[in-house]
Amino acid sequence: MAKTDILGESLWDAYSNKVTTLMNNPQHQGEIFPEEVEAHGTKLIVADFGAESCGDAVRLYWEVDPKDDKIVNSKFKSFGCGTAIASSDVMTELCIGKTVQEAVKITNIDVEFALRDDADTPAVPPQKMHCSVMAYDVIKKAAGMYLGVDEATFETEIIVCECARVSLDTLQEVIKLNDLTTVEQITDYTKAGGFCKSCIKPGGHEDREYYLEDILVDTRKEMDEEKMKAAADAGSKGDFETMTLVQKIKAIDAVVDENIRQFLVMDGGDMEVIDVKSTEENIDVYIRYLGACSSCSSSSTGTLYAIEAALKEKLSQKIRVLPI
Amino acid sequence: MQAYLDNNATTQMDPKVLEAMLPYMVEMFGNPNSLHKFGTKTHPALRKAIDQVYAGIGATDNDDIVFTSCATESNNWVIKSIWSDMMQHGDKNHIVTTEIEHPSILATCKYLEEHCGVKVTYLPVNEQGIVEAHTVKSFITDRTALVSVMWANNETGMIFPIKEISEVCKEKGVLLHTDAVQAVGKIPVNVADMDIAFMSFSAHKFHGPKGVGALYIKNSRKLTPLLHGGDQMGGRRSGTLNVPGIIGMGMALEIATTDMAKKIADISAKRNKIEDALLKLEDVFVVGDRANRTPNTILISVRGVEGEGMLWDLNNAMIGASTGSACASEDLEGNTVMLAIGADNELAHTGMRLSLSRFTTDEEVDFAIKTFTEGVHRLRAISSSYAKVQPTEGGEVRECELHHH
Repeated sequence: MAKTDILGESLWDAYSNKVTTLMNNPQHQGEIFPEEVEAHGTKLIVADFGAESCGDAVRLYWEVDPKDDKIVNSKFKSFGCGTAIASSDVMTELCIGKTVQEAVKITNIDVEFALRDDADTPAVPPQKMHCSVMAYDVIKKAAGMYLGVDEATFETEIIVCECARVSLDTLQEVIKLNDLTTVEQITDYTKAGGFCKSCIKPGGHEDREYYLEDILVDTRKEMDEEKMKAAADAGSKGDFETMTLVQKIKAIDAVVDENIRQFLVMDGGDMEVIDVKSTEENIDVYIRYLGACSSCSSSSTGTLYAIEAALKEKLSQKIRVLPI
Repeated sequence: MQAYLDNNATTQMDPKVLEAMLPYMVEMFGNPNSLHKFGTKTHPALRKAIDQVYAGIGATDNDDIVFTSCATESNNWVIKSIWSDMMQHGDKNHIVTTEIEHPSILATCKYLEEHCGVKVTYLPVNEQGIVEAHTVKSFITDRTALVSVMWANNETGMIFPIKEISEVCKEKGVLLHTDAVQAVGKIPVNVADMDIAFMSFSAHKFHGPKGVGALYIKNSRKLTPLLHGGDQMGGRRSGTLNVPGIIGMGMALEIATTDMAKKIADISAKRNKIEDALLKLEDVFVVGDRANRTPNTILISVRGVEGEGMLWDLNNAMIGASTGSACASEDLEGNTVMLAIGADNELAHTGMRLSLSRFTTDEEVDFAIKTFTEGVHRLRAISSSYAKVQPTEGGEVRECELHHH
């Protein structure tokens, strides 16, 4: 929310001229009839996607030359808003002249891009980005029908955000690499969730298999587990600085037991580790003297240096020992 | 040629209303709560406006009509203050309302549900798009504090049986609030013979100015203020009085309620002409019986024509209309009222609302019929719903693959 959101943008004003022009006068609207195809010796594929009850429906027609799998003609019929009709129109245009195998690579991003007036300005406002997804879905379906394969085989990855075509793998990777903690950050980094918003959490205009909120929680959990595992591994390898707090205290205790404690006990004293605080430069080890040590003058001089020197040598040069 | 047929959203101000308001902007700009004459000079006009508004809804001198900034404020005020007066420390915890109220009721109820533990019953409407009194009655419990039911619906224009509902509420000893935004100024509204505790309404829906609404409060019932501050309007609603706005509201309501029967007859004749013409198109239907509808409203469903697509074509021809359906609204849902009346899901995206006013001319009516018909023909020619060639093998849609609602 900021100044520009006070009034907000008019939905239709954000459409590109191409969207407006094609909605007013679609170029490939119409049908391909079985008789034409028969006369040409080609194959007709007619695929539906969506339904009136969804608010959007498209019927895609392909005339395919079976010799080279080339789409020689394509038309559409659409029940939908301006963006849906313009997207369908551009979709058919993109199909014509391609082989089925090439056409199946057309994504909703390509359709939206083809609707732009210039390369840098989106063709439609964010909440309309989803309209072009249907174009992508219906192409996959038509290709599956023609090639006699399940349309799911064209998708090699799990797409979480259809509008921006962001996969589950990408999301997990970006969250981990950049240590992201909020959905807003995910949207800033990947654009996922920035358009129709269905993929953010359940309750949007379409049900999804994966939601950004869950992916974030799961990935963060995974990151924490990895971190702990890494720390545990590091601990077992003796890398003091990357150890967890508990591991550090244990390691310090071990050094103290081995090198220091016997001398303190001999003088009727002892010590315990209270806390360990790590910063970039230092690892501060807070200790408390027990018994005779607590009143011994050497406890802030010679004994202290001895403890610190032993810990520095055995564990890390960053260690400072602070009696409290 | 152009035609504005979105009068349930807002209306043009009547020039006579503007005329009444103008002297109170530059010449008589004083604050009516000041002691000096600059302020008190506004009093005669304000008194007249108050009289006009009281008369316009049939309020008595024992009642309060408190001017607010809009009906959204009035609605928020009632719901939130009933919570603080009767539920926060009292033994009530329940509100009864309907599924098709304005967002200012629904969102406020949701807020109380989430943050204050209030129980809310959202009553479904019948196939006519209204809730019947016996339905309201059956959901009132010992712990119900408030029933809030609209007088007329913005999308369909359907008029609720408020008198019967008020009798049910009286019998059960529950307060009734009605959002009468779509009723006041359009149909006769007389609170005198009903047990309505609170009623919200707004000036810009009946050719008054924007930014001024009101809350009618029967018998000056106590209701914790929403806006605390100075002592304006007897301390009920603080903030410097919107002098020109209130004067405009008074004038607008007086004009709307004068010769109302004739105004209703004129508007409904034009509305019926459009409706009859559009009903001649195949595969269309209009929601709700005409006899029980506000005289200016048509909600029509056109098979195979998506609402926003239709709105686009109308807009290109300079006709302003509206749709609550899919693409036009942020949430991309079907028209909630259409879904609530149990219309097929597919019709929820094909609803178009045309709402007239007394300024709608015969030429505009003819223009609207012509333009609407052309739009339907053009979009049906593109529509997959009217395609002749059926999907080849495997190309059918088994179910709605897009939105699973």
